[in-house]
Amino acid sequence: MRAYLPAYDLQTPANLAEALRLLADAPGVWKPFAGGTDLMVLLEAGKLAHKQFISLWHLPELRGISITDDSITLGAMTTYSQVQTHPILQREFPLLCQAASWTGSVAIQNRGTIGGNIANASPAADSLPALLVYEAELELVSARGARWVSYQSFHTGYKQMAMRSDELIKAIRLPRTTNQWIQHSRKVGTRKAQAISKVCIAALAKIENNTIHDIRLAFGSVAPGPLRCVQTEAVLKSRAIDDATIKDARSALAAELTPIDDIRSTAEYRLRVAGNLLAEFLAGNGIDFHSDR
Amino acid sequence: MTIEKITIDCTVNHTAHSIRAYPMARLLDVLREGLRLTGMKEGCGEGECGACSVLLNGELVNSCLVPVAQVSGANITTIEGIAAGDQLHAVQQSFLTHGGAQCGICTPGMVLAAISLLERNPNPTEADVRTGLAGNLCRCTGYMKIFAAVVEACQK
Repeated sequence: MRAYLPAYDLQTPANLAEALRLLADAPGVWKPFAGGTDLMVLLEAGKLAHKQFISLWHLPELRGISITDDSITLGAMTTYSQVQTHPILQREFPLLCQAASWTGSVAIQNRGTIGGNIANASPAADSLPALLVYEAELELVSARGARWVSYQSFHTGYKQMAMRSDELIKAIRLPRTTNQWIQHSRKVGTRKAQAISKVCIAALAKIENNTIHDIRLAFGSVAPGPLRCVQTEAVLKSRAIDDATIKDARSALAAELTPIDDIRSTAEYRLRVAGNLLAEFLAGNGIDFHSDR
Repeated sequence: MTIEKITIDCTVNHTAHSIRAYPMARLLDVLREGLRLTGMKEGCGEGECGACSVLLNGELVNSCLVPVAQVSGANITTIEGIAAGDQLHAVQQSFLTHGGAQCGICTPGMVLAAISLLERNPNPTEADVRTGLAGNLCRCTGYMKIFAAVVEACQK
């Protein structure tokens, strides 16, 4: 059933301070609304339970990409289109650009935002595994002030986030420390364009002489939120890439993931394909590889 | 709680409009029912099909996913604003020449997606064309003639 429009409010505050005041004065009443690519779908389906929203789309304080020697900072309302066309992101953070290009179509990429993707907190979000392996930090702001938090610990359960009801995500900061790492990502979906992921991987590694010196792995659609796989990483560190290592990595990964059956896939398929994606990454960067994939 | 309608000032096809609507009303409905611009269609209503495509400040968007409160001051172009009088846009002419339309439901969105692509990338490869139009579904499945029309349009 379609939504009853007079029940819904969408305020357009003139600036960030005004938006934060609305949030502070009536905690829990207002929720942020970014580009609308998720919330408008719920609205039309009659499933948008919350009724009062604050539009962040037009706020200049939440836009723009700024660069220092150490980091690159994206305003929360940076769109997927802006991510993909930014030369430094293309060069140093290709996994984020790739994920942005996988998300919906051009029309969706022109409206979908990185901040919105984080706050929507879908386990299937394409850009979030990339933010995990790049060890992003989030700037949370409220009328009380601003604080930076690590993105690693931000998603605490299905659609649960470590932020307060009067806070907004203002910016996402990516440390420029992984340029020399091997970078890899892949999405498995029903169709190349538009489809929501069945499973996706983002991976960074430092590999020399077939030995894994360091590795960061994150997956989408295999847990209640995007998941950094620290236990699998621990199994792989300092190991040579061979059949035994890949076998151990698959076992560790299977123990770490908690996929479910849903409309897009099954838990069994997701577990198997996640293992294949990891094996593909390792094998593609190792030598003398014979394993039966 | 009942929310009042708000007034949104914006430009649609080079004409200034002052629109009264509920803040969460879809741009699609406001344009089709309020301004009678019925070229864009509602296909899926969830951003999968592209039949409701318009250009919002020059960028391709799905009008079913844009709440009207977010278009204050915006410049909107619908398929009705693409031709200059009887003079068709090169992309429209190319769709005609190549028979890039069957039932026609997807055509306004296809044309706008193609125009948006050619503005960003004047010399697209066929792969670029497929990516640029990936958000526009043709359920008559007449894709090959549509791709041919877009490839030819950029050669002009």
